[in-house]
Amino acid sequence: MKRFDYLEPRLLEEAIALLQQHGAALNVLAGGTDLLVEIKEQIRAPAYVMSLGRLPGLDRLAFDEREGLRIGALVTTRALETHPAVNRHYPGLAQALRELGSIQVRNRATLAGNICRASPSADTLPPLIADGAAVTLHGPQGARRVPLEEFFTGPGKTVLASAELLTEIVVPPPAPHTGKHYIKHGRRKAMELATVGVAVCLTVDGERCADVRISLGAVAPTPMRAKAAEKVLLGKPLQPSLVEEAAEAAVSESRPISNVRGSAQYRTQMVRVLTRRALEEARRRAAA
Amino acid sequence: MKRAVSFIVNGERLELELDPFRSLLDALRNEAGLTGTKKGCDVGDCGACTVILNGKPVNSCLVLGVEAQDARIETVEGLQAADGALHPLQENFLKLGGAQCGFCTPGFLMMAKALLDENPHPTEEEIRFGIAGNICRCTGYTRIVEAIQAAAKEMRRE
Repeated sequence: MKRFDYLEPRLLEEAIALLQQHGAALNVLAGGTDLLVEIKEQIRAPAYVMSLGRLPGLDRLAFDEREGLRIGALVTTRALETHPAVNRHYPGLAQALRELGSIQVRNRATLAGNICRASPSADTLPPLIADGAAVTLHGPQGARRVPLEEFFTGPGKTVLASAELLTEIVVPPPAPHTGKHYIKHGRRKAMELATVGVAVCLTVDGERCADVRISLGAVAPTPMRAKAAEKVLLGKPLQPSLVEEAAEAAVSESRPISNVRGSAQYRTQMVRVLTRRALEEARRRAAA
Repeated sequence: MKRAVSFIVNGERLELELDPFRSLLDALRNEAGLTGTKKGCDVGDCGACTVILNGKPVNSCLVLGVEAQDARIETVEGLQAADGALHPLQENFLKLGGAQCGFCTPGFLMMAKALLDENPHPTEEEIRFGIAGNICRCTGYTRIVEAIQAAAKEMRRE
């Protein structure tokens, strides 16, 4: 690994001051499963690596029926995957977590890191966006909260300012009569990046769609809300033909590229199929 | 600048002077002389470097040595009993053909140990899910799964 200096602040203010002082020469280390790979593969060569490991309170993970889920920046994906409230109330997210890397990776990788890496294909992002998650960013001027769907600006790019740290992820509590699902489509079952990912959070009122959020991964420069597809469904009875129509709308608003994991054309077909399947499963769960 | 790092490996406290840009894997192999843990891909894909860090299996290639300050680490060298008796996992990997070339074996053993520590009654599906991050190019995995199942059974009897 290329040499770097290691910084280990013990206070948030100190960490933010270090970010201000060193700017782009400093990279933030949480779990390290992306950062250390990128340093080894010479994609990055930071002069400083700042560990968040000694900052107080960032390993906090709590669920409350009113506030929802609060996830500190150091909470690992494995801690979330094995948390009863995550499995019970956020099954889309839980599914995405189980399919991220390996257990060894998940014991280090943090959710905050998966978010800040801003990969278009990141598994946890579509379910978090479907769940209406927001992130808390701490900078020199204090804290601000940003809805996750507004956080990403391009592959690897976010609204995070150079002296800001993502400190917490907040996921609202589930509404009654709500079903959630995430489908990852890849070439194999494990250790895989998504070719297409579709997450749905659907609230029903009898047969009618009372509320819905659909989010797509790996088919645009950032994870995206499929708002046209949502609009097709909102307020209407969930007949099969309407679900098909929504899936078609999701196809038309996706903007996939061709790469080693699949052609744009293939991804387009999969958006249609997986959006329909995710909606059907979410509906079944909402009714259960 | 090197930093003084202290952690416990297989019950024994180690004090090392480490560059911050050295992985825990390199620290174990090159500084502590514990070469049982293998370096395969060095980027977290293959699982050959799996060690148990504070009770949790991790890829030691993706942990910095300096991050292990005060940690408890278990490596394959710690599996054998003090009297030299093999661990039931080692015994069954040997007996059932769970190892061929052997390069992935320390990683599989440590992942399997972590799995059984957490869940003494894993189903086949749970074992396969558990070892998804360990790659073996020789065995085809079936015998590894069988060896873990046999070890689990033995360990429950003990």
